Amino acid sequence: MNFPNELKYTSEHEWIRVEGNIGIVGITDFAQNELGDIVYVDIPVLGKTIAQNDVFGSIETVKVVSDLFSPVSGKVIEINSTINDAPEKINKDPYGEGWLIKIEISNPEEIANLLTSDAYQKLIK
Amino acid sequence: MTTKKTALYDVHVASGAKMVVFAGYDMPVRYTGDLDEHFAVRNSVGIFDVSHMGEFIIRGKDALPFLQYVTSNDVSKLTIGKAQYSCLPNDKGGIVDDIIVYRLAEEQYLMVVNASNIEKDWNWLQQHKGNYELELVDISEKTSLFAVQGKNALPTLQKLTSANLKEISYYSFIRTTFNGIDNVIIAATGYTGEPGFEVFFDVHHSEKIWKDILQAGAEFNLKPIGLGARDTLRLEMGYCLYGNDINDETSPIEAGLGWITKLQKGKFIGSDMFAEQKEKGVQKYLTGFMMQQDKAIPRAGYEITDEQGNTIGKVTSGTQSPSLKQGIGMGYVPASYKEGDTVYIKIRDKIIPATLKKPPFVKIEK
Repeated sequence: MNFPNELKYTSEHEWIRVEGNIGIVGITDFAQNELGDIVYVDIPVLGKTIAQNDVFGSIETVKVVSDLFSPVSGKVIEINSTINDAPEKINKDPYGEGWLIKIEISNPEEIANLLTSDAYQKLIK
Repeated sequence: MTTKKTALYDVHVASGAKMVVFAGYDMPVRYTGDLDEHFAVRNSVGIFDVSHMGEFIIRGKDALPFLQYVTSNDVSKLTIGKAQYSCLPNDKGGIVDDIIVYRLAEEQYLMVVNASNIEKDWNWLQQHKGNYELELVDISEKTSLFAVQGKNALPTLQKLTSANLKEISYYSFIRTTFNGIDNVIIAATGYTGEPGFEVFFDVHHSEKIWKDILQAGAEFNLKPIGLGARDTLRLEMGYCLYGNDINDETSPIEAGLGWITKLQKGKFIGSDMFAEQKEKGVQKYLTGFMMQQDKAIPRAGYEITDEQGNTIGKVTSGTQSPSLKQGIGMGYVPASYKEGDTVYIKIRDKIIPATLKKPPFVKIEK
């Protein structure tokens, strides 16, 4: 399993890639592997402002539904529309084509509360 | 409580299966992927390690009258070499467990029970043994059970035995030599809707039989199947899962299991209550439903509502059907609702329409 060093992680198994004031968010390789085949993602928050740890949507697999938690506070400016028709991208490429949302980060200090790759890997051991 | 393992635990882990605790057992939930495994069974063949299931032997002079009293189906109809789906009703009109009874010999039966209920069923049977002259033996720990399911189950298993598997009709079984091992039960039963077999044998042979079946099925792309796909496969057929769709409080009549509740056979546990329910009708019943929209997946525990959002029932099982790519489920609804009616499933903060439909959801070519 792969946990890129340049990403930050939540204990709820999301990752964020920070590019300037924009954060790109998805779920980790561990999460997609635990969940199994993803069949549907419901993210109803485009344009909305959410707080760190807020639920921003849910992810449905054949077996289970689970909530998605935002790593940071900010405004959701984009949702990955390609996963609507091809949710399996999240399983195949969780850090790339399977990203979920882009968020305009309102409080960059929150990033310091997130887990490093090492800390996240310790958590899931 | 420590988690139990089937004999194949190490083999599953070594193959990269993701393990979860189910019914107290550490079981493979998936090997490669739920969808991949689901379609392996629907299109060709898959093998399931279901050795966590419980097996009891009931033997002796009074085995038949005892089984007539503790089970809901008519065991007198069961000839040697036949199997019967049945229930252990409780004395409050609910279900202790759903089971399969196999008649092994004149006065000897095998009862296969759910893993989660082994202890409860055992105690229940002991409690009702009374003066019946019989012996109850729990062979669960000594018995392995593999299900080989799908249209290529027969050519796969046929390579490993000289017995003609074509001659085993649905819900029949043989005891034969299989893969060089004596006293293996091969039954034409299963939980997927596909043609296929369940194979019972001494636990010591587990690893060899597993590997040899994998090899025999290689030309058909036989895959090991986890509990994830087992659930979607059974749900597409509308088969009940104990603990979800039926439990200690649901009556077999409500659960659509009237066909295995044979009142004419005479008195048995709960029979008076079931007779009344059959005569007067029930308030609610278990039915299937299919979502009317894409991307709406029902889950166990979700509310079933009317158009105004008033709760009328509860989803007991639900998933996205891999074959139909549509949300399907089962749940209890008031008796006034009929097949074809629209109900609503409360998914997060929305109510989404669904059509009541008697399962199976998927037609299987046999």
